[in-house]
Amino acid sequence: MSTIYILWLRQLKRYFRSKSRIVGSLGQPLLFLLAFGFGFGQVYQKAGGGNYITFLAPGIVAMGIIFTALFSGIEIIWDRQFGFLKETLAAPVSRLKIMLGRTLGGATVASFQGLLVLLLAMAAGFRPQNIAFLPLALVFMLLISLLFTALGTAIASLLSDMQGFQLIMNFLIMPLVFLSGAFSPLDGLPKALTAITVVNPLSYGVDGLCHTLIGVSHFGLLTDFMVLSVVTVAILIVGSYLFSKIQI
Amino acid sequence: MFMENEKINNNIIEVQGLTKKFSDFVAVDNISFSVDEGEIFAFLGPNGAGKTTTIKILTTILQPTSGKIFINGSDPRTEQNDVRRAFGIVFQDPSLDDELTALENMEFHGVLYKVPKEMRQKRIEELLKYVELWDRRNELVKKFSGGMKRRLEVARGLIHHPKILFLDEPTLGLDPQTRNHIWNYIKGLNQTEKMTVFLTTHYMEEADKIAQRIAVIDHGKIVAMGTSAQLKEKTKTNSLEEAFLALTGNIMREEEANSTDRLRMMRRMRH
Repeated sequence: MSTIYILWLRQLKRYFRSKSRIVGSLGQPLLFLLAFGFGFGQVYQKAGGGNYITFLAPGIVAMGIIFTALFSGIEIIWDRQFGFLKETLAAPVSRLKIMLGRTLGGATVASFQGLLVLLLAMAAGFRPQNIAFLPLALVFMLLISLLFTALGTAIASLLSDMQGFQLIMNFLIMPLVFLSGAFSPLDGLPKALTAITVVNPLSYGVDGLCHTLIGVSHFGLLTDFMVLSVVTVAILIVGSYLFSKIQI
Repeated sequence: MFMENEKINNNIIEVQGLTKKFSDFVAVDNISFSVDEGEIFAFLGPNGAGKTTTIKILTTILQPTSGKIFINGSDPRTEQNDVRRAFGIVFQDPSLDDELTALENMEFHGVLYKVPKEMRQKRIEELLKYVELWDRRNELVKKFSGGMKRRLEVARGLIHHPKILFLDEPTLGLDPQTRNHIWNYIKGLNQTEKMTVFLTTHYMEEADKIAQRIAVIDHGKIVAMGTSAQLKEKTKTNSLEEAFLALTGNIMREEEANSTDRLRMMRRMRH
């Protein structure tokens, strides 16, 4: 327990000490919220979709989370390059605990980042449909955070330099976000795109947030929860295995 | 069977025919040696001789290509957690978290190695005072100089008192006073706690003064092994440095040629 706690604490300390990172990773979701929200808002409304900022907010929150979560994975590469990874890998603690501590730390940070984005969205005029659902929204934020922090860690375990990570990030984050229903409804998409959105785990995260924040759901809350949980556990298992194979 | 067990019990480190290849390059070439419990044993060798690779394999963070290894009776390949419980290590290259304070780095290590809280706090204070960093314990490590970071790393490696302490060039970049100071502490632990010390160093006089036995390693092979006196006798030299050069001298020239080759290649690329 103390191992997991000290690794979790380390992630939090690193996060709260780099104010530029907090502000920096709020920039992109904010940009999307303002550019899309106010840019497409009128068109969306005229097409009968209602208030676009309202529709957009859960997706933007998910986007803020996935950015922070996946980039928490990048920290393993930093640790490897700056040498700190050796310190943890030579210690008499199981790699699973190291992986769990890091993932929980990264996920806590990403959830916090998601909360900040939610507050920003509220400052831009968004109102959650039902306050009573907020705790449930938090659960979904935590699930998305866990899933993508574990995914980031798993990917980073396979790479030894930053270049490869950037490449995967660029070809992963954007498709995941754009094909998750974060910016546009999932209904009525061409078959091929529907197939992608169905296997994209972020779709279920966005859907869960939509349900709990604005009361609209595509898959249903239970499906969202089950899919996210199962995928998270699967990635944690694969990630732990890959992490345990790291050599320096 | 009985003989085998007894052997393992006496030799806290037992290495037989260890080889490590990185694709075509043979970093460690079929080396065998053993270290007695409570002994101070030194690996001496030029850069790239295979010292750090060997330490990485003995400490479970790198897999060997072939060979038998026993650390405190356990195999680093299959019984990693048993092996990890038996040793402590100060790495050659940096391994601190720059974004944490000196104290936090020490705490992190203490918790990871499951040192009970009271003992942890006592030792951390004692060690930080010993390496003269106690006054700066709450500063972020990224503000530290190279020498301060090195002192902190050595202090961190001593929070828990392992059976075997691996020191990969622990005093690199430290001034003679600090080096002396740190070796006194380590020697004290060796005597009071029967701690086995496995070290690598570039400083001949350090190896001469501290190590009971020295293995000279070069090109991934052990070229000589014995006490400092035995090595001098074998090479008919008067100091360990002369003995070392007599054993490995040709390599220095080769390394020089290599770097000139590299420069030539760079020039060719530019033109």
